[in-house]
Amino acid sequence: MGWSFIRAYTILVYLFMFLPVAVVVLLSFNQNQFGSFPMTGFSFRWFEALWNNDAVMRAFRTSLILGLLTAAISTTLGVLASLALVRYAVPGKNLITTILIAPILVPEVVLAVALLLFLNWLGIGKSFALLLAGHVIFTLPFVILVVQARLVSIRRDVEEAALSLGASPMQTFFSITLPLLMPAVAAGALFAFTISFDDITGTLFWKPGGVETVPTQIFSMLRNSISPEINALGTVMIVMTVGLPLLGAAIARRLATKRGM
Amino acid sequence: MSVEAREKRQPWILLSPALAAVTLLLLVPLLFIVVYSFWLRSAVGPDTQGFHPDNWQRALTDPFYRYILLNTLKIAAITTFFCALLGYPAAYFITRSQGNKLILLLLLMLPFWISYIIRTMSWINILGSSGALNTLLISTGITDSPIQMLYNEATVILGLVHFLLPFMVLNIYVSLDGIDTNLEDAATSLGATRWQAFTQVTLPLSLPGLAAGGLLCFVLGAGTYITPLILGGPRDAMFANLVLEAIITQLNWPMGSALSLLLLIVLGAVVAVYNRYLGMSQLTKGLG
Repeated sequence: MGWSFIRAYTILVYLFMFLPVAVVVLLSFNQNQFGSFPMTGFSFRWFEALWNNDAVMRAFRTSLILGLLTAAISTTLGVLASLALVRYAVPGKNLITTILIAPILVPEVVLAVALLLFLNWLGIGKSFALLLAGHVIFTLPFVILVVQARLVSIRRDVEEAALSLGASPMQTFFSITLPLLMPAVAAGALFAFTISFDDITGTLFWKPGGVETVPTQIFSMLRNSISPEINALGTVMIVMTVGLPLLGAAIARRLATKRGM
Repeated sequence: MSVEAREKRQPWILLSPALAAVTLLLLVPLLFIVVYSFWLRSAVGPDTQGFHPDNWQRALTDPFYRYILLNTLKIAAITTFFCALLGYPAAYFITRSQGNKLILLLLLMLPFWISYIIRTMSWINILGSSGALNTLLISTGITDSPIQMLYNEATVILGLVHFLLPFMVLNIYVSLDGIDTNLEDAATSLGATRWQAFTQVTLPLSLPGLAAGGLLCFVLGAGTYITPLILGGPRDAMFANLVLEAIITQLNWPMGSALSLLLLIVLGAVVAVYNRYLGMSQLTKGLG
């Protein structure tokens, strides 16, 4: 096998990954009202239609709030747990790590069923709180993996220096450890947000009647047929979930170079 | 309180919120549905508590359930195979390409951020009756009426490969990137052809990455129910669709518990075999 063959093969693999998504973006600007092809002209009408679609805007607000809360809670829990696991000699560390990572090892549909039925048995029915709890538990392992990986590489001496100079453990954490850990905290939060924003498997089980997130809204719109409006919604989602991380990475890089790191 | 006692207590204070969350929201619910799977659904009123093996008996002996379970494993296996077939050369190319490695890697990460449901539905635009492919076929005169290409097992596999391929490529990449390129050069200088050097040195050393990617593709593929709902026909249900059906449609929660536990046990066995021979560390390497 020659190198040029592998290159051509790889280009085809990338085309396979991106062409269908590119077609979604392309068709969202289609003037045509029915079906998808052929394109009849360039138009923003489907984005306007989205803006005026109350159900879609509601779903957006729900997803946004859910994603932000998930990211905040998951990141807080994850950072605290990572600190304990990396900075202290905890007995049974491997077992604890396995337990904390368990939510990604259990198939999401099983996690969804178990949580739904258990809370229902306790008399806590489907609600936004259940949805939030589910998203937190599902995103927590990702935050822990990201934060732990970074924390290991932050030298302990820096913290010890602060402590020996009279800083309290709290002060040391907020003025030394957290700033150094910030890239990982931001990455973990972003991870949690986008995973939550994109989740549908668990969300369909947990969401109360009448509440839709963007993915479940797309899912229920797909029951009719694919329309330029769904493609427009897909394009907005792509811009949000791809554009935001890229923007975040760019900002993080800028901040890092400014501080000379 | 002495410093030592504080030092001992501190990590548990830090760990307790996360541990409490996982225990209350995952471990206890899992134990609960083990118990629940032995209850019986009542036509009216609350489910009958107790120890009734009926759900399990049905889950294990009903030929329909068995067919769907085996078919799900088959679909996951085929998906994993195609992910490896497409992913390995691509990962190899990324590892060995000098200049644009970073851009290729970034492009590889992008699909992770593109919504699962959008990537899945995007195939309707390609394969649907007024989709890109049919439009092309009709305008070139190859066919006069649209060909039905969607809503079958092949499109379910296609959608799953499209969704899971980045997991495979990333895991193989992590593995390949850790192999010293001098090893291949050493093999060729000792008289091996490039192909021999690859198959006898690089490929075996990258097998852990391939296996980790394979495990992720298999487990995630076998646990899905959205892809068959969007890209499959009425006869292309996978095992998780049975769970959804039992819980959401039939409200037969004891049966749904038994079915989801069966899925957990089968996929857990696959993970356990993997862990026995390869260990979990390779997997977290790829995830982190």
